[in-house]
Amino acid sequence: MAKVIKYVVYDIIKNRFVIGYTLLLLAMSLSFFGFESDPNKGLLSMLNIILIVVPLVSIIFSTIHFYNSYEFLELLSAQPMSRKTIFFSQYFGVCFSLTLAFLLGVGLPTYIFEGSIRGFTLIFSGLFLTLIFVSIAFFASVFTRDKAKGIGIALALWFYFCLLFDGMVLSILLCMSDYPMEKASLVFTAFNPIDLARILVLMKLDVSALMGITGAVFQNFFSSNIGISIAIFLLLLWIFLPVKIAFNLFNKKDL
Amino acid sequence: MIQITNISKSFGKIQVLKNINLYFEEGQSVAIIGPNGSGKTTLIKILLGMVMPDCGEIYFEKKSIKNAFAYRNQIGYMPQIGNYPPNLKISQLIDMMVDIRNSKQDHTFLDTELIALFNLKAIYGKPLGTLSGGTKQKVSAALAFLFNPKVLILDEPTAGLDPLSCEILKEKILKERKNGKLILITSHIMADLEELASHILYLQEGELQFFKEFDLLKTEVGEERLNKIIAILMQNQIRELI
Repeated sequence: MAKVIKYVVYDIIKNRFVIGYTLLLLAMSLSFFGFESDPNKGLLSMLNIILIVVPLVSIIFSTIHFYNSYEFLELLSAQPMSRKTIFFSQYFGVCFSLTLAFLLGVGLPTYIFEGSIRGFTLIFSGLFLTLIFVSIAFFASVFTRDKAKGIGIALALWFYFCLLFDGMVLSILLCMSDYPMEKASLVFTAFNPIDLARILVLMKLDVSALMGITGAVFQNFFSSNIGISIAIFLLLLWIFLPVKIAFNLFNKKDL
Repeated sequence: MIQITNISKSFGKIQVLKNINLYFEEGQSVAIIGPNGSGKTTLIKILLGMVMPDCGEIYFEKKSIKNAFAYRNQIGYMPQIGNYPPNLKISQLIDMMVDIRNSKQDHTFLDTELIALFNLKAIYGKPLGTLSGGTKQKVSAALAFLFNPKVLILDEPTAGLDPLSCEILKEKILKERKNGKLILITSHIMADLEELASHILYLQEGELQFFKEFDLLKTEVGEERLNKIIAILMQNQIRELI
């Protein structure tokens, strides 16, 4: 498998889109850290951008890449290779390239300007989001042979996780505001990797006081070791489950 | 060498292959012909394990190909459309295939004749995304023959090639046929198939119409040209229907 991954990565890192993405992230990181005298504020601005840009780029690029590689996948499946090798060489190739782009664009500047535990939490959250949305993209791609439909599904999923989900949670909280919903809102976050990543970073930035009682519950939960372990476990599950389902579909699929 | 038993396949409501039974042997050069959408490419894809049949079995050298992939070591495949990772160079693609096929990095067994004849070495450094359709075809052909496989599956090999390259490829196919390989070709260019094929397999609407030796077919129908033979057989069929 490593042999194929090597060439998939070779191909992607020369891709203009990925180079542009790296440069965009780099420019944003440098400007946020450069203009803000308080690195805490810089991190907060970075967080807001990362929560939108990283999932969007990861999911769209991976979906487009999957469809563009379709004939190549066909050629590979005519070689003495299992479907598993073919699928995961593509998956790991994309994961590796986008991780590299993120580390160069965000990881390195954050490390230089704010190499604290807060900075590292931001980097890890971004990395998790990259891997999660590559998984979700592969899940969207194996569903249909039609490229436009596939990209549509990917965009809809991004829209759901980035905007719709929070709106839904907010309206539930508003309707049920007579009841204590602090614990429930903790459970809701498990269903959205973007929320998980956001809260993980916010808890390290000491801004939870702005979030009222819910903030206190979150602070309590996510500052305990068990809380953090559960959050990381959930994020890992978000990587693993979509790609597992995607592979099971791909394994039986007619190319 | 390849035995196909009771293969059927449908995509949604459309049945593309209906109960196909075939047996291919070494040294045969089989032309698979039929109108568009008659199931030629699907048959090939089932042989390669890209498409899973609804029912039936395929045996490659007496072993079922279900859930197997090692048998593809013996097959060279040239796809109808070659679309490769656009930023890889030709040399990198060939290196990758050598890596996949042969873990020992042994270059001595490679058949680089087509690479030399198509003069691909001169453009080894070019990214695959910048190549024209015909040049991609040449790369596909060179890759299919590179590993000296026992079986060659060529999906429209001559479509898009210039006349000179077309001749080079046909010579190569004839040479490999003489070496006792099994060659399966689909094409719509009857003149090419006349030169290359020893057997004719005719599919229509997913059904196997006939699979016969070309020479036998010529004497049966009383015609020399393949396109005439096919036309006569199709007309007879229409008459039978009326």
